[in-house]
Amino acid sequence: MKASLQFTLNGKPQRVTTEAKRTLLEVLREDFDLTGAKYGCGEGQCRACTVLIDGNPVRSCLTEMSEVEGRKIDTIESLSQNGKLHPVQQAFVNEGAMQCGYCVPGMILSTIALLKRNASPTEAQIVEGLNGNICRCCGYTNILKAVQRAAQLSREAK
Amino acid sequence: MNARELEFTEPERYELYEGPYYHFEITRRDFVQVLGAGILLSIALPGAFAQRSRADRPVRLAQRLHIGADGTITVLTSKVEVGQGSRTQLTQAAAEELRVPIERIRFVMADTAMVPDDGGTAGSRTTPSTVPAIRKGCAAARQLLIDTAATAFEVDAKALSVRDGVVEGLGAGRKFSYADLASEKHAKALERDVAPGVAVTEVAHWRVLGTPVPRVAAADIVTGAHRYPSDIRRPGMLYGRVLRRPSYGAELEEIDLTAAKALQNVTAVRDGDFVGFAAATSFEAEEARDAAAKTAKWKTAPHPSSEELYAHLRAHASSQRPRRDARGTPEEAFKGAARTLRETYNIAYIQHAPMEPRAAVAEWSDGKLTVWTGTQQPSRVMDELQRTFRLSRDQVRVIVPDTGGGFGGKHSGEVAVEAARLAQAAKKPVSVRWSREDEFTWAYFRPAGVIDVAGALDDKGMLVAWEHVNFNSGPSAIATPYAVANSVTEFKSCDQPLRSGSYRALASTANAFARESFMDELAAAADVDPLEFRLRQLNNERLRGVLVAAAEKFGWKSAWKKNSSAQKVGIGLACGTEKGSYVACCARIKVNQSAGTFKVLDVCEAFECGAIQNPANLKAQVEGCIIQGLGGALTEEMRFKDGKILNAKFSQYHVPRFKDVPKVETVLVNRPDLPSVGAGETPIIGIAPAIANALYNATQTRIRSLPIRDAKYKYS
Ligand code: FES
Ligand code: FES
Repeated sequence: MKASLQFTLNGKPQRVTTEAKRTLLEVLREDFDLTGAKYGCGEGQCRACTVLIDGNPVRSCLTEMSEVEGRKIDTIESLSQNGKLHPVQQAFVNEGAMQCGYCVPGMILSTIALLKRNASPTEAQIVEGLNGNICRCCGYTNILKAVQRAAQLSREAK
Repeated sequence: MNARELEFTEPERYELYEGPYYHFEITRRDFVQVLGAGILLSIALPGAFAQRSRADRPVRLAQRLHIGADGTITVLTSKVEVGQGSRTQLTQAAAEELRVPIERIRFVMADTAMVPDDGGTAGSRTTPSTVPAIRKGCAAARQLLIDTAATAFEVDAKALSVRDGVVEGLGAGRKFSYADLASEKHAKALERDVAPGVAVTEVAHWRVLGTPVPRVAAADIVTGAHRYPSDIRRPGMLYGRVLRRPSYGAELEEIDLTAAKALQNVTAVRDGDFVGFAAATSFEAEEARDAAAKTAKWKTAPHPSSEELYAHLRAHASSQRPRRDARGTPEEAFKGAARTLRETYNIAYIQHAPMEPRAAVAEWSDGKLTVWTGTQQPSRVMDELQRTFRLSRDQVRVIVPDTGGGFGGKHSGEVAVEAARLAQAAKKPVSVRWSREDEFTWAYFRPAGVIDVAGALDDKGMLVAWEHVNFNSGPSAIATPYAVANSVTEFKSCDQPLRSGSYRALASTANAFARESFMDELAAAADVDPLEFRLRQLNNERLRGVLVAAAEKFGWKSAWKKNSSAQKVGIGLACGTEKGSYVACCARIKVNQSAGTFKVLDVCEAFECGAIQNPANLKAQVEGCIIQGLGGALTEEMRFKDGKILNAKFSQYHVPRFKDVPKVETVLVNRPDLPSVGAGETPIIGIAPAIANALYNATQTRIRSLPIRDAKYKYS
C-alpha cells in the first residue's frame, strides 16, 4: 500500500509517496541517495543502519516508512557543517577508529546518542551502550578510544 | 617461481591463478579523461611478478604513475582496500620515494582498465610485493625529476635532491617540481619508459614509512561520503534480487514468472539456474522474487549435517595422494620413545561475514560491461565475467571501490555476474547486494577440518618425533617450527559438504591450534612450564623473540602455576609463524566452576613482521586479528542440516562484540634489518590455542575443538 508521508530529513521537510512497508534504510539509500546508513544484517543485530529519529538512535532496517510520518530524521550526512567535522567524527579520525569503515557511520551516530544521555560515560557504560554495534573488522579498541576522546571533545566544546 | 615466492604463496588457495595473458593498455587519451592532463610514466614491473608470468611473455611495462599538470600525483595498482590499510600504506610508500607530502598523492586502486596487474589482494602479499614495486617505481620517477631538472638547468644531477616535491640544489631563483615535469615543455622529452634499478630509500632514512601515518580518506568514511560497492549509484539504475535455492544441491524443476512479470516495471529473468528480478526499488524486486518463489518446484538432494561433519570428512578423504612431507625416521623414533601422545582436534566451518555483504553494480554500454564490486580479486572477477558473457578482455572493466571487509572471503565474482545478467536483461544499470542470509549461506566458508597430532618425548622430555595429519582444512603452517629430528606432516583434501575458500590466515589457524594445544599437552606430560618446554625445542630466533617478548610483557614467569586442583584463573600461551611473520600470544581466562562457563580476561600478543611500515595500522591489524580470532576460538561455527544453514544470521551466529573484548596488549617487535612482510593475517593464529591452554590450566579439562566448547565448559 502506497502512502504519502511527510517528515524532516537532515533539516529539510520532505514528502514522499511510497510503499508504507518499505524500510527507512531502503528509502534513504534508494530514494534520497543517502548511502551513509548501511545494510549489515536487516534484523536489528548490527546497527550499521543507525539513524537518529527525534534525536534517538534507531535501526532504520527495522523501521517501516509508515512509522516516520511527522518525525525528524538525521543521518550521518547531516553531521559535518561546512566541512567541519562533528566532534565525534573528529574523534574517530584522530583515533584511527576505522578499518574498512563500514560500521563507522552507525558507530558515530550511536556514540552521539550515548553521549547525549551520558556526557561522561565510563568504559563499562560505553561497552554497554555500543554492544549492539558490530564492527566485523573488530576495531573495538580504537573505537573505544574514539568514544572516550569524543566525550572529552564534546565536553570541551560546551 | 623462486624459493622465496614459494615460501609465501599458499598453494591451497585454489583460486590463485595466473594473471591475464593479454593486456590491453588503456590509451593515453582515456587516462586524460580520468586523471586530467599530465604525464603517464611506465615502469617495468618488478622481477617477482614477472617471474610468475609465462616464460614466453616479455617483462611488461606498466603504466604506474600519473603526474598532473597541477603537480598531483596518481599512483595505480590492482590492489584493493578492504580495511587492512593498504591504501594508506601504499600512499606512504609512494610519498617516501617521491619525496612529496602524503596529501599530494592519490591512488587509483583496482580499476582493471587503468591499473597494472599487481595480482589480487590475498596471502599478505601487498607488503612484501606491491610496496616494493611502488617504491621502485616512485624512486625511478624521482630520479627522472632530478635528471630532467639537471638537463634543463645544466647542472650535475648528483648534486640534486628532492624535498616536498621540489628539486633542491639548483641554485637561487631556480625552481623545478613534479608539476614542471608534467608541463608541455618537458612532457615531450618524457614520452619514454622509466628504467628500473634506482635504489629505494634505506630503512634508516625513512621519513614517512615507519611512522604512524593516519588512515588516508578517513574524512570520507566518518561523513558517510565514501561510496562502498553497495553505495554506487548510476543514472537510471535498478535494484536486483536473485532467487536462491532452498537448500544446497536443490535443482529448480519449474517456476512460473507470470506473477512477477505482471508487477509494474519489473524485469524477470530465468536463464538456466539463474532466476533474478530487477525493479526501481529493492522492495519491488523482492516482491517479484517472492511472488515467483511461491511457484517454484525444487528437487532437493541429501546433504550431510554439521553433527556428522568430522566423521564425514575422515570418511571422505580424497583418494588422491596426500601432500606429505617427512623428515628423519619418524616411525622408528615413535617406537623408541619414552612417551608417546596422540590426539585429534576438530575445526568447524566459519564464515568471514564481512560487514558489507557481496555487492555489485553492473552497467552495459555499447556491448561493453563495467562492474563496480567488492572483491579481493578484480582480475579473477573480470575473467569470470568474460567467460560468462563471452566477452573479450577490452569489453570488461571491473572497478573495486574501497570495500566493507573481506578477510579472504571476497575472492569470487558471483554477485558481479548476477548484476551483469540482470543489467543485460533490463538494459539499465543494476545494483545487487546480497542479504546477510545470502552471505552466510552462499558465500564460501573457512574449511572445517580434522587434525590428528602425535608426538613423542625422550626420557629427558625432549621432542623426538612428530606427526601432524590435516584432513581438509589446509596445509598452511602445517610444518612444526620446533626442532624435531623426525617428523611427518600430511594434508588430505576431502569431499566436503560446504563450499570453502580463503580466510584470514586460512589453515594456519587450525594447524596452529592443533599444534600449540598439543605442545601444551606434551609440556604437561613432561611436567614442564609450557613456555620453558617450547623454548627448549625452539631454535628459530625470530619465533623465540616474540615468544619471550609476549611472555615478559604478560608476566608469564611469575603468573605461571601448575594446576593442582581446579582453580579460578588459568593462563595459556601459543606461538607460530606463517607468511614470514611471527606471533606469540598469552591469554588469561576466568572460570565459573559452578556455572561451567569461562571468560577471557586479558590477552598479550607479540608480533614481528620485519621493518614496521606503519605502527598505528599494524597495531590496529594485530588487535583486530586477536579480537576477530576470539570469534573463531569461542563462538563461531556454521551449523547445517538437510542442506540448509541453521544459523545464517548474526542473531544466531555470534561474532565478537564490545562485551567480548578482553584487555588487549600488543608488543610490536620492529626489525628494521629485515624486509617488511604482511601483517593482516598471521596475528590471528595465536589466540585460540592460548585460550584452550589457559582453560586447561584452570580446569585440567582439555577441549580439542574450535570453537572451544564442550559439555562441561563453555564461553559466556
Ligand atoms: S542493518 Fe539494521 S541492524 Fe543491521
Ligand atoms: S571497520 Fe570494518 S566493520 Fe568496523
